[in-house]
Parts: sequence; structure tokens; C-alpha cells
Amino acid sequence: MGKVVLVTGVARQLGAQFAERIRRQPGVELVVGVDLRPAPQLPPPQPGDPVADYVFAPVDLRRPAIAGVLAEYGVDTVVHLNVSATNPGAVGRASVKEINVIGSMQLLGACQQSAQLRRLVVKSTTGVYGATSRDPAVFTERTQAKTLPSGGFAKDAAEVEGYVRGFARRRPDVAISVLRFANLVGPGADTPLAEYFALPLLPTVLGYDPRLQFLHVEDAVEVLRRAALEPAPDTVNTGTFNVAGEGVLLLSQCARRLGRPTLPMLGPALGWAAALAKQTRVSDFSAEQIGLLTHGRVVDTTALREVFGYRPRYSTTEAFADFAAGSGPGLLPPGRLAAVTDRLADLLKRPPEES
Amino acid sequence: MTAGQAKVIPIESAPSWSGPEAPSIPLADRLARSVATLLAGRAGPMAEAVLGKDWEDRAANGLAFLRRRITGDYQVDEFGFDQELTEEVLLTLLRPLAEKYFRIEVRGIENIPTEGGVLVVANHSGVLPLDALMTQWAIHDHTPGHRHLRMLAADLVFVLPVLGELARKAGHTLACNEDAQALLERGEVVGVWPEGFKGIGKPFADRYKLQRFGRGGFVASALRARVPIVPCSIVGAEETYPMLGNAKTLARLLGVPYLPLTPTFPWLGPLGAIPLPTKWTIQFGAPIPTDQHPAEAAEDPMLVFNLTDEVRETIQHTLYRLLVERRSVFF
Repeated sequence: MGKVVLVTGVARQLGAQFAERIRRQPGVELVVGVDLRPAPQLPPPQPGDPVADYVFAPVDLRRPAIAGVLAEYGVDTVVHLNVSATNPGAVGRASVKEINVIGSMQLLGACQQSAQLRRLVVKSTTGVYGATSRDPAVFTERTQAKTLPSGGFAKDAAEVEGYVRGFARRRPDVAISVLRFANLVGPGADTPLAEYFALPLLPTVLGYDPRLQFLHVEDAVEVLRRAALEPAPDTVNTGTFNVAGEGVLLLSQCARRLGRPTLPMLGPALGWAAALAKQTRVSDFSAEQIGLLTHGRVVDTTALREVFGYRPRYSTTEAFADFAAGSGPGLLPPGRLAAVTDRLADLLKRPPEES
Repeated sequence: MTAGQAKVIPIESAPSWSGPEAPSIPLADRLARSVATLLAGRAGPMAEAVLGKDWEDRAANGLAFLRRRITGDYQVDEFGFDQELTEEVLLTLLRPLAEKYFRIEVRGIENIPTEGGVLVVANHSGVLPLDALMTQWAIHDHTPGHRHLRMLAADLVFVLPVLGELARKAGHTLACNEDAQALLERGEVVGVWPEGFKGIGKPFADRYKLQRFGRGGFVASALRARVPIVPCSIVGAEETYPMLGNAKTLARLLGVPYLPLTPTFPWLGPLGAIPLPTKWTIQFGAPIPTDQHPAEAAEDPMLVFNLTDEVRETIQHTLYRLLVERRSVFF
């Protein structure tokens, strides 16, 4: 009998792509998708395509119904992707937090009762390290955050990780992977940072140029796939891993590569602007995002490469380039700026006698 | 359109930036044409006279640099170190200060290995961390491989806007064990000024008296990474800003560790911030190896304290020797 994989958060891009990918994995018999709404982009399988069956269970994770789903389908692998900064099925921070934290508690409670469960994969974020001026430049998995995230998605993720550690103590027979993803980008990424980069003018914090790391959605899906299966020889896929593309981009570099002018603002002014945007529901820009845009965050991915055994195909630069290619041109396209300097350089190359 | 054509256009009729008569010409072309016009006219020979013979090559390099900067096409490492910006801009600005103003004599540069991790430990003085910047210049310009010094800076640096950003781009990071060890293990030259604010903000009367060397965290990092420690003694920085007094209450209000009162600051306003043109010597001492100790030696407080003292004594004695040799503060 093959594996039965339950995926939460399939209404979002990452969940939908992962569910699609794991269906094509040999040895997987059934994939159960869980969310408030069905996944938007699952195409019907081609005839003769060896894909596992897919069932969508419209379950609100905040209710205990999830235990019934685990038992009904005999789920042995749970991939929990429902901890997110925003949720398409919820408006307002309070209900997002409820889905993140209470939803995870319900799911873990159901997992604890399930006798068939063998493996649990939880998506977390590098946001759990926080972002302050007193933090080391590069976080390893063992680094303790100087200050716990004060709110927002990062705090939810830190709390969920705490519950997962509790679960691990109570069910030592279940293999658990906690994957701390850097900022997800890729064509059509639906994350707050992607929303930020879509602004025509990028508000930045005056006097700070944060270091950012990105993870391509394809790499995220591949890491999830490996974590949901038995580990390859000589690798370990249980434990906590930072997942990010190699290398670093500064926010100023990102803005220039996108061709979007920046609008440096004093720190507090940016906070007010973000609060205003939140009040008017223009954009959900949390304090934690401002922390990231002030001090930046870089994680060490040695464990991912050497223990988990995966080197992301896209570096931070490449992942961002793929994202930039998919987003509209900015007000100052780098190509046009480069053309100006190229023309000037051409003029200089000509010998003076010719002119 | 070529420069040859451009020659016949008189300067007065060069297309203006936003002229309605040429709306279809792209910005790049318009800009290029106006520059060509200028160079073909009187500006060409003038530029050569003012900027020197090879000004075209230098301008071409400058344009290539500008192109990379405005399109974001450059690399930074995980710590935010922007090598290109550091070499082309920051060190270029430091060089005249080091060579012409402080006339720094660099000694014992052969004690910095050409490759591999090394921890440079130096005395700190002079109100502003000019000594640290000058050490960065000395190591870059005098080592054969033009190595970059990665300094461990106080947390205040990264709290302050602009300064924190510049420090990261120049390759510096927060003084903490994680970063120090990570940089040493990557084989970088790491610089540390263990006296910290106690050293840089000490009164003029205490000049060249080494303060307490922190808690020896830097020695533990070197032991863990098994890299040599190079003691570095800097003479001349103490007299750049003779700190006669300290406005402690005002400093506390401003949230800074000290507010210096020098013979010129704050009495002369911004002019008072100009350092005195003292003559400097930067002496790198013989490396103190740490690889004969096992890696867990970093957990042995006695060994860490002894090594810390050894480094401190070496720097202090070298300072006294250099002071005796010095003819005058300014020459």
C-alpha cells in the first residue's frame, strides 16, 4: 500500500504546486488537500498520466474535523503549509492568526491521536529569528533569536514551532521536519514581500540597506517533496533546516534590478505609512516586515546542503531574476539606464581624430 | 549617429533635454549627442588639460562602474560586504587621508598571512574609530593579495542609520562570537578592537595605556577557528583628537557612550571635527599561533585569559617601544 499524504493550505500557490508535485511521486497512492477553499490551479490529469488520486477536503483547521479526515483516509504523512502571513480565506489579522496557531494546534492534536502517522513536515519561516541590529549577520539553525518576534506571521510561526517541539516529545515515533523558508519568490508568488515589490515606488527605511535572501517556489516544492519521503542514503531529512537560495541581495540592488525607484523614509514615518495601508486595507504590511526592511536577515544553509542533501537550484539572485522577469517593468528599467552609460562609453572609445 | 556628425552641430543648437522638437529621440541618444557635441567642441581639449592624458580610459572605467551600480549588477557577500564599492569608493577616499595627512608608516605587514583566517587585535584610540579605518587601508594596500579587513564593530554602529549601512558595505559586522567565528572559518582577516569604547573614549591623560580587553571573546573565537592572532599597535591616533573632557550628561541624553571635549570641539563647530595631522605608525606584530591547542581549548577560561593577557602585553610593550622611537607627534 502506498503513502497517503495530507497537504494543508492547498488554496495557496505553494500548497497547490506541492500537491500537484507529490501526486506524481511514485509510491504515493492518495493526496488529500485541505483548505477552506479548493485549490485553484490543479489541472485535470492527462489520461495515462501516472498520478495519484487527489481528494479535496474542505475543512476549517480551527475545528476538530481534521481528526476525522486523518482517520478516514488513513493518512501517514502530513505536510502542514497552512501557516502563512495572509490567508485567502480570511480577512484581518486576528482570523489569520487563529488559522495559523489554533489551526496548527488542532492539526497536531489530531496527529497525536493518529496511529498511522509516520511523518510530519511543517513549513516555517526564517522570520522566527527576528531582525534587529543586535543579531548576528548570519543565523544558523541553533541561533537563538535575541528578541522573539513581537507579532505577525513570524510570531505565529515561532509559536507553531513550539507546539511542534511539544508534539515531537509526545510522539517520538513520528519523523518531523521543520523547514524555515526564506522569502518565497517566483512567478506569481503571493507573499507580502512580492506585494511590496509590486509597488511602483518602493518605500525604504532611510539609512538602512537590508540584506535579503530569496527562495524560489520550485526549490521550496522540491525541499518539501524530499522532506515528505524517506531520506536518501547518507542524508537526514528530520530536524530543523533553514531553506534559502545561496547568496544575498541588498534591497537597493533588488530595487535597481526591478527598475523601481526607492522612496527612503524615516523609520517611524514608514511605520505610520504601513499602519495607514493596513487600516485602509491597501496592503498588509506588518511591523515584522519593517524589521526585515530595516535590518535584513540572512540564514546559513550549510545544514540544508550537507545534512539534508539539497542545494537549491536557484540562488537568491536567480530566484529574484525569475521573479523580476514575471513582474511588470518599473519606472526606471535597468536596460534603459544601462543604455545611457553604454552610449557614453561608445563615444569615449572613438579616437579623437575621427571626430 | 556618430561623433563625426556631432561635430558640425554648434553647441548652441544642441538638442535640449526636454525639447519638444525631438520627442522621438530616446533619452540615451539625446544625452549621448549632447556630450558628443561638447567634447567635439571646446570641451575636448579642455578635459584633456584638466583631467590628464588618460582621462578617456578613466572615464570609461567610471562609466562601467556607474553602469553596474545603477543596474544593481554587483555582488555582496552574506555579511553585506560590497567589495567593489569598498575598493572603488571607500578606500579611494581613505587613501589620501592615510598617505598624505597621517603619513602612516606600516611595519610588519609580512605578519599578515597571504591567505587563510587571521585575527588582528589592535589598540583603540582617538575618539572616532579612524584607527580602525586606517588599519583597513593598511592591510588592503600593503598586503600582496590586497586583503580586506573585516572588522567587528560595536552594536551602536548598527543601530545608527547610514553608519550601519556603510559599515556592512565596507565588510564589517557586529562584534559577536557567531559572526567572528563564521568570518574566521571562511578564511578572512578579522579585526577586533577589544578595548571598545573604553579605549576610544579615554581621556588624553591616559593615552597609550591599554584598557581592559573585554571578556576575551575574541581569543575564544580564534581558538575555535584555530587561526593565528596578530597583535597590532597603532601610534599617532591618540593625538588626533585630544580628549580633555567628557560631557557625560549630554552623552547620556544623546544615547552615546561619551561626548568628547577637545581643544577644538565643540568650540569651533564642524571645524573642530578635523583631526590633528599627527604622524602615525601601524606595527603588526609576530603572529601568536593557536592551532597547537585543541579546539575545545576555547572552553578553558584560564587559557583564554592567559592568551588575552599575552596579546595585551605584546601590544602594550610595542606601543612603549614605538613611543620611545618617535621623534615628534607631528613628524
